[in-house]
Amino acid sequence: MSDITKQSLSELIKNIKDKKLSSTEVTKAFVERSEKSKELNAYITEDFSAAIDKAKKFDENPNLDLKLPGIPMAVKDLFCTKNVKTTAGSKILNNFTPTYESTVTQNIWNEGAILLGKLNCDEFAMGSSNETSFFGCVQNPIDKNLVPGGSSGGSSSAVAAQLTPITIGTDTGGSIRQPASFTGIVGLKPTYGSCSRYGIVAFASSLDQAGPMAQNVRDCALLHEVISSYDEKDSTSIDFKRNNYVKELTNNIKGKKIGIPKEYRVDGMPKEVEDLWKKGIDYVKDCGAEIIDISLPHTNYALPTYYIVAPAEASSNLARYDGVKYGFRADGENLIDMYEKTRSEGFGAEVQRRIMIGTYVLSSGYYDAYYLKAQKVRKLIKNDFDEAYKKVDAILTPSTPSSAFKIGEKTNDPVSMYLNDIFTVPVNLAGLPGISIPAGHDAKGYPLGLQIIGKAFDEQNLLNIAYAMEEKINFKNKIIDWWIK
Amino acid sequence: MSKDKSEYLINRKDNQYEVVIGLEVHAQVTSESKLFSTSSTKFGAEPNTQVSLVDAALPGMLPVINEFCVKQAIKTGIGLKAKINKRSVFDRKNYFYADLPQGYQISQFKDPIIGEGKVILDMPDGQKEVGIERLHLEQDAGKSIHDLDPKNTFVDLNRSGVALMEIVSKPDLRSPDEVNAYVKKLRSIMRYLGTCDGNMQEGSLRADVNVSVRKKGSKEFGTRCEIKNVNSIKFMQMAIEYEANRQVDLIEDGQSIDQETRLFDTKKNETRSMRSKEDAHDYRYFPDPDLLPLEVSDDFIEKLKLEIPELPDEKKKRFIEKFKLSPYEATILVSDYETSNYFENVIKKSDVKLATNWIIGELFAALNQNNLEITESPISAGNLSKLINLIKDGTISGKIAKTVFEHMMEGDKDPKKIVEEKGLKQESDPKALEALIDKVIDDNREKATEYKSGKVKLFGFFVGQVMKVSAGKANPQLVNEILKKKL
Repeated sequence: MSDITKQSLSELIKNIKDKKLSSTEVTKAFVERSEKSKELNAYITEDFSAAIDKAKKFDENPNLDLKLPGIPMAVKDLFCTKNVKTTAGSKILNNFTPTYESTVTQNIWNEGAILLGKLNCDEFAMGSSNETSFFGCVQNPIDKNLVPGGSSGGSSSAVAAQLTPITIGTDTGGSIRQPASFTGIVGLKPTYGSCSRYGIVAFASSLDQAGPMAQNVRDCALLHEVISSYDEKDSTSIDFKRNNYVKELTNNIKGKKIGIPKEYRVDGMPKEVEDLWKKGIDYVKDCGAEIIDISLPHTNYALPTYYIVAPAEASSNLARYDGVKYGFRADGENLIDMYEKTRSEGFGAEVQRRIMIGTYVLSSGYYDAYYLKAQKVRKLIKNDFDEAYKKVDAILTPSTPSSAFKIGEKTNDPVSMYLNDIFTVPVNLAGLPGISIPAGHDAKGYPLGLQIIGKAFDEQNLLNIAYAMEEKINFKNKIIDWWIK
Repeated sequence: MSKDKSEYLINRKDNQYEVVIGLEVHAQVTSESKLFSTSSTKFGAEPNTQVSLVDAALPGMLPVINEFCVKQAIKTGIGLKAKINKRSVFDRKNYFYADLPQGYQISQFKDPIIGEGKVILDMPDGQKEVGIERLHLEQDAGKSIHDLDPKNTFVDLNRSGVALMEIVSKPDLRSPDEVNAYVKKLRSIMRYLGTCDGNMQEGSLRADVNVSVRKKGSKEFGTRCEIKNVNSIKFMQMAIEYEANRQVDLIEDGQSIDQETRLFDTKKNETRSMRSKEDAHDYRYFPDPDLLPLEVSDDFIEKLKLEIPELPDEKKKRFIEKFKLSPYEATILVSDYETSNYFENVIKKSDVKLATNWIIGELFAALNQNNLEITESPISAGNLSKLINLIKDGTISGKIAKTVFEHMMEGDKDPKKIVEEKGLKQESDPKALEALIDKVIDDNREKATEYKSGKVKLFGFFVGQVMKVSAGKANPQLVNEILKKKL
């Protein structure tokens, strides 16, 4: 069967279940395409021959009752994978191979999927363009020298370029939704507490959440169904009744109330983003939903709040990378010298910047003015959403204030880089689910996404709205395989 | 309550100084597994054999609270008559050290699990109440070993993540003796509760000691110094004595005291500056985002209250009222849970007065001599009570009982068997005794005559001779009676 890699996850599963395709054929096809796509630099670690072996083994005795039967899949290199190197995009973990598996990836393998390799990402998921990775930039398959977004840039690039039928990323301030938007794919950041954080290299514990990235909403729903689980090993995991997200997926969203927050009309937002948003509103109306204007008054404070809370937690979370127990170590005259050399050589500039910010905002004399205040504002931001959800079922916004930018364009201006996350960050601060779906193109033909924000634990409703809109939008990614010679 | 007798003051020329002491006791929670992981806490294992992925802080590892440790902390709080906080928060205390794998210690800073409580001390001149400021749960660090290699330090993470209770007293202590009584009482309460074994040699109990001095009568506290990590009561007392005198000397010399952290050098018997206030770590405390606030219900606390055994203060009261013990005797017997248990087992079947004397006297002396704990006593409570009954019913004399006791110390033998085997039974048959006495008088005719002619002092000689001939077994009371008649 030709063009295996062009098939969606749902199609591949159907073909494997119908025995029209074997896992080996599918796996080989994605391996082959991945091999031809090295220029994208989407992978940090390839595990191709092991993947083909696993596929063969699957085919010997295929269990077709599984949700992901023999489906090959590459995952973001922030998930610890047993016996496969896990770097978090950092030099400091360049030699680190876990002896354990993250809960989220274990859930995936339990349903029959096969690991293809580990995908590039910003170092410790700190970045919005994948340019902070120790393993180099990732190319956006949309155009040469275009960033794929970040931090899950290897993931977005790999799904858009069909190097993997589907993948998982992590989202702390937009790291699934922004790259999904930049590459014309679907990305879901689930409610905080839906997916276990066990075995995911931590960035900011109170914000980090794993989620699916896919070519369409149905595939996204399926993968979410697989990865979302209660886990005793994560104290912030929440034990709630999880839906059969695929089975319950419907495009009937008649009567749903969709909020449009006025605060998301930010200064300097390109007209095409404004227009896309308007088009989105029309699509929702076409689906029979009701549009309601709402206010989220503290939106303006979300980004500064995020850039206090996230670095604060990160500065502490990253203290364990000290050269003592595992990972990179630079020799030093004494313990302190070893720490300093290890951490200045092992961490990149952006990670060091955030550790410095985090250390500063937690230090005595500044804690109340920064960290404590940020926590209070965070509560206000959450209250904004709680108020809004008394009137609406979901909220529609653009995913990002612009389309993808060129590699190097914003590397010297961290603040303009941080502004990329202006629409996604409030969702993490409030612990809510958000999904980005591709909704159109800008003048350059680059994809633009719309974000739907849901109530906590209301992923089903979120997916349904996305599913209904997807049908209306009928988005087609314009990818010409420019990197394949 | 008079203070005069035991008041601890430091005298210099015309000035008298009072010493103010507060203790931060670190007590290891008795628990099979660590505070946030399932690794064993057993003491003395090979280095790094009790280390989970969480304890070694591998990437992506997350802490999960051990409910048992929470229960232990709450029980301790109940034992300290303290406020149980239904909501408490775990914070991260950030600092870098080779034996701190996470780069932070999970502790409780602003919202501890236990609030204010109190401990009653039995001092020679009466009772003294010491306030408890708080008790919080925290992780222990690993151990750095500096002496195995000339260039490298080795790290053992077996202790990493073990649950500790930090019990902070108010600055209510005024002397090394009170510190001694306080630590012992705290340990006793925790041992009764089974929440900390109090084993100082294994590091299960250690303390940071805060010391300041002030002129007698002054209401304000002086500047304090904290002496870190002192691991025996004796060292605590020595450190306080040294440190208080050092501070007084500084003041007398017109100098000021710097607030600082000091170390106690046990070999030189002195405290030395470790770091000044300016060099103090900025621990950057903040709530651990990996853990939700710890919330316990009234029901949870009430159920734990039902598991609290009778504690030393209540037991002492009962011993005094029910068994008519003196406060001194009761204090000794309840000071240790095992001792009080032993006592109660002995008196189940024997005389209370005799039992009290034998335990506090002979048994404690013998155990001390052999460096044994009451739990290691070669004489079981059952056999001691048999021995006491042998004395009570006149089978053996108190003196013979001491010989039997010595035999019992060599192995837990039934005292009745020892008496039989060694033929130590008291001779109380008047006929047999008469024969014995007749023979003694017969053998000492001259002395008997002297006695009769008025040398009454010789009576003792005859008693001694009878006892000697009977190998100590003759019933002394009967011997007296018969001798008087015969002579």
